[in-house]
Parts: sequence; C-alpha cells; structure tokens
Amino acid sequence: MDAIFVFEQLLNGLGYGLMLFLIAAGLTLVFGIMDTMNLAHGSLYMAGAYVAARVHEASGAFALAVAVAVGVTVAIAAVVEFVVIRRLYRRDHLVQVLATFGIILIADDAVKAIWGVAPLLASTPAALAGPVDLFQGLPYPSYRLLLIGAGLAVALGLYLLVNKTRIGMLVRAGASNRQMAEHMGVRVGGVFAFVFALGAALAALAGALMAPISAVQIGMGEAILIPALVVIVIGGIGSVRGAFVAALLVGMVDTAGRAFLPPALRAVLPPSVAADLGPALAGIAMYVLMAAVLTLKPAGLFPARG
Amino acid sequence: MLQMKKLSVALALCGAAALNAHAADIKVGIALDLSGPFSALGAEARDGFELAIEKLGGKLGGQPAEFIRNDFGGNPEQANQLVARFLQRDGIDFFTGPIGSNAALAVGPALFAAKVPYLSANPGPSAYAGEKCNPYFFAQYQNDTYDEAAGKVANEKGYRNVVLIAPNYPAGKDHLNGFKRLYKGAVKDEIYTKLGQIDYAAEIAQIRAAKPDAVFFFLPGAMGINFVKQFVGGGLKEVPLIAPGFSADEDVIQAVGEPMLGVLNTAHWTHDLQNPANTEFVAAFRQKYAGRYPSVYAAMAYDTLMAMDAAVRDVGGKIEDREAVLKALKNPSFKSLRGEFQYGANNFPVQNYYLREVGKDAEGRITNKLVGMTLEKHQDAYVGACKM
Repeated sequence: MDAIFVFEQLLNGLGYGLMLFLIAAGLTLVFGIMDTMNLAHGSLYMAGAYVAARVHEASGAFALAVAVAVGVTVAIAAVVEFVVIRRLYRRDHLVQVLATFGIILIADDAVKAIWGVAPLLASTPAALAGPVDLFQGLPYPSYRLLLIGAGLAVALGLYLLVNKTRIGMLVRAGASNRQMAEHMGVRVGGVFAFVFALGAALAALAGALMAPISAVQIGMGEAILIPALVVIVIGGIGSVRGAFVAALLVGMVDTAGRAFLPPALRAVLPPSVAADLGPALAGIAMYVLMAAVLTLKPAGLFPARG
Repeated sequence: MLQMKKLSVALALCGAAALNAHAADIKVGIALDLSGPFSALGAEARDGFELAIEKLGGKLGGQPAEFIRNDFGGNPEQANQLVARFLQRDGIDFFTGPIGSNAALAVGPALFAAKVPYLSANPGPSAYAGEKCNPYFFAQYQNDTYDEAAGKVANEKGYRNVVLIAPNYPAGKDHLNGFKRLYKGAVKDEIYTKLGQIDYAAEIAQIRAAKPDAVFFFLPGAMGINFVKQFVGGGLKEVPLIAPGFSADEDVIQAVGEPMLGVLNTAHWTHDLQNPANTEFVAAFRQKYAGRYPSVYAAMAYDTLMAMDAAVRDVGGKIEDREAVLKALKNPSFKSLRGEFQYGANNFPVQNYYLREVGKDAEGRITNKLVGMTLEKHQDAYVGACKM
C-alpha cells in the first residue's frame, strides 16, 4: 500500500461524499425548512437521471441533457407540490411518510409505463469518458473530477443563497419560526414552494450527473435514499452545512472501510475469519458512524434548530 | 328449506360440471418477476414465454392448454402464496417461471409434494442438484457451471493472476467458488461488496493496485452496470473482464453500451448459436420485439414451454400419469435452442458451455457474439450428492 493508493482512496471518498451531498442537500432543505419528510426525493432523483439519459442519447449534448433534466424535474415537482405536498406541511410526519411513499410507488410504475423495466443506456460524455493522469502513476476518471467540481460548486452556491440573499433570509426566517415570519408579512407558502423546487432541482442535478456512472433503472432512487438519510441524520436534519460535513464524513468512512479494512483484517486475523468479517464490517461502517455521532450529539453534528 | 337444498345441490353440480369442463385443459402455472428486484430479467422471460405460447398456438402437445401467468414481485413469500393458489384453485399440471434461486428454493417443496413437475426457466440452485434433488425438478443449468466455464476461459487465455469480485451474500460466494473450481492460476484478491452498492471507486483502486491479468466479476443487474461503467471510466480498459453470462447479457449490455465491448462471458446458449430451432427462435423474437436480441432468460423461457409441449405429446396427452410425464421430460424429444443435451442423474443437464464476447453485429448493434465452445458435455459438481 503506497502513498498514491492512499491518496486515490481519499479522492474516491471525497467524490462519493460530494455525490451523497448533492442528494442529501435537497432532502435536508425540504425537511429542515418545511418540516416535511419527503421520501419521494429519490423519485425526483430517478426522474432527473431518466430524462438526462434520454435527452443525452437523443441529442448527444450532455450539458443540454442536464439542463432539460433539471427543468423537467422541477416542473414535475411543482405539480407534486401543488397536488400533494402542500396539503402535508401541517400534518404529522407519519402522514407525510405514507403520502410520499405512495408517490414513490406511483413514480416507479409511471417510469415503467413510459420507459419499460429494462435499465436505460446512459453514456459518459465522450470528452470525459477516459481517465486523466493527475500525476505520474495515477490515472483518475475525468468524469469523477467533474462530479467533485459540481459537488463543490453546489455547496458554495447553496451557502451563498441561504446566507447572502434576500430569498435565503426569508427561507431562514420561515424555517426558524413560521408563524412569526407570516406575521411579519412573509408569504411562507411561496417560500416553501421555492424550497421544494430547489430541492427537486438538486435531486435532478444529482440524478443527471450520476446517470453515466450508475444504472438508470427503476428503484435507483430508493437505493440512494438510504445513504442520503444517513447523511442528513448525522449532519443534523435541516442543516445544509451539516449535510456537507456529514456527506464527506460518510464518503470517507465508507470508502476507507471498503479499501483498508479487509487488507488490515487479513494482516491480523486468520484468512477465513478476515474474509467474512472484512466485507461485513465495511458494509456497516456508515451505520456505526451514525450510531457514534448520535450517541455523542443526539441532534446531529449541526442541529438546525436550537 | 328443501327448495334451498335443491338449489344448492344444483349449483354445486353446475360448479362441478364447470370444473370438469375446465379440467380437460392442461394448466401451466407461470410465476413471473414483472416487478421486484429481477423485473428486467422477468420481462425478458415473459417475452420468451409469450413467443412460445404464440408458436404453440396456445396448446401443449396438440391439447388445449391454459397458461396462467402471474407476477409475484421476486418475493419468495409471495411466490409461495401464488404456488398455493396454482395448486389448490387452478390445479396446475406444470410449473415454471421464477428468476431468483431464492424463489425456486421456496416453492419447490409444495410442488414436489403435489407431484407437479417444476421446469426451471432459470435458476439451478446447488441444493436441488445435490442433496435435495427431486424427480419433479428439471433445471436449465446449474448455477455454478457458468462460473466453471469462465474459470476454464481464464486458463485458456493464459491469465495467471485474477481478481474476483462479487456481492457479499451466499450466491456471490457460490459463484466465486464455481470460478475457482476449474481455474488453475492464482487468485490475487477476492473482493466482496455490499449488496446493491452504487460506488465502486474503492474497489477499482484496489484492482489497479493489484495489477491482475484479468478480473472476474459476478455482479447481477444494476451492480454490474455500475461496476463496468466505472471500471472502464477509471482507465482499466486494458484489463480483461470475465463474467458468467448473467452479468453480461442483453439487459446489462444495452444499459452500459460501449464500455461493455470486449467483455468475455460464458453461457449454455447464445443467440448466434447455429441450429435450426435457434435460428427460427431468434428471427421470430427479433420480429416480434422490434429487432431486439433475445437474452438467455428469454431463450430458456421459450425452451421450457417447448419441453412441456414435447412431454405432453410423448405421453399422448395423458398427463395424469405422472410417472410417464417424468419419463418423457427426462428424455426430451424436442429440438432445444441450445442444441443437443441430456439430463444427468439429478435432472440437471449435461451440456455444452460457450464463450461469448461482447462486440458489434453487422448493423453496429452492441451484443454478445459466440467465440467458441469452452466446456463440452459438462456436468455440474453436485450430482454425486444426489440420491434419487
């Protein structure tokens, strides 16, 4: 195990973490600011991936595909918000979970009806298909570098939006005390619709960017939802900053678990035990991290509400 | 009161008459994976069944037949419920369908107890090949045989060092053990991943560090799609990939596209296998389904109904005589899409296995192409444990 290998794995952890952040950011915004548990976030991610894959295949233009995917998904989300989510803001979380779980089932069947059950082809844009030599001896997938860049850009953009703009101020006001904000003349309903659309746009962006390196198929939204939920729980529900830190933590821990744990165990344990234990421990590393954080800080690392 | 009794007796008689009229039909229960974890493969199997039913004119061995198709969502528990319904309400004569080994293992006992032949259209779990073999179970192949063929391919290609990768669950270990059974070189590393894993960057870095001659992967469905895309994107294009046919069939190829080119994989059937039955099947399939090539799942589904058809014909439609039906099934008189084969003592086939390579056809479509035979008249490793 040399320095390049360790560096590469750190980069992998960073990349996976930022990937998770793209998905978790929208989820935590909607949950934290609107106090609404939206399990259908994964379905918006799936919608983004499907639309991007189809547009990319048809037009050959990846940037256009991402833009269309975001636009279409936001339109879908606006309809869903108007028809269903709007009625759930003041209901308890169980109702929200039930309703948004229903949306998942409908979304999966809708995708099946439109595109069929077979996974879709989603290719990497030709310019980014191969690796680039970061330095001697480390070819790194150029597409993953794009993902890392996109993740960092989204993080910065969200920071500026929430902390430096007027709409960001209204969002924070609505989140910290909805009633008071309303009394001060803030149209909270409009702010919430904006936040939901923003969350959808982030989910679609994540889906569109993930499509070239993962399977575009029914159920992809549910598969990614679990690590995303782990991230927002660790980060403190509702905190974008928390989601960022937690996503990087989870990405690092998960990657390190998979990369370093099995060989380390093989060095100290008999081979048959290590072969069983290594993958099992690597598989649960993320949950162990969550349990440890919750033991020390039950509200997560950066609780949004005091 | 008497009136009521008469009425109910009359109704009961009517019911019995209706049942009798129906009992003349041969009934086939088909449990489909149209939803759930294997839905893409289940849809392939459904297309194969439907083409076969069309070809047979809705009959089996010239007798009117009913093909009862139901989705069970890939869930063994639901498969059990469906089979109970097939047995009790419909009184089926044959069963087939499930894609997963877990469902096959779940429904077997009830079918065997009811003396209903189960012709598997996909999985061949080791339990049914060995200790739990049963005269009512007929397999298309034994799960490990694809991997054994892949191990032989690695020997023939001269790969001295390979890295193996599979999900961390029982089937993943079985498949890697199958590969090691015939492979003679060194295994540099055996990587087990999370079931349903999305990101493979950490594993790909390990593979790059290990510098193997080739990588053998068993990663079904979405996992394989994720892995191959990321493997090629990560600059390991020069390292050959070997897989059992399940990890490199039409469903995966069409979703991955260009990065699949050159992937070596093994199967007991390929769409360009030259025999009249197969040529006819592939042409009919492509005509019915918009030029798409059939996968091995579609081919096996089609083949399974053809096997039932031949058995019914061989017993002259007397399917009540189960002994005769079993005998007919065991000595198949139909032209299988895979060519010649025989059943071993455990009702698992002794057949040829082929090497396929993902390439482009004359129209530039990415698909599997036959390279050659890898294992001739190969029998599974479990037959010795079968006492039947």
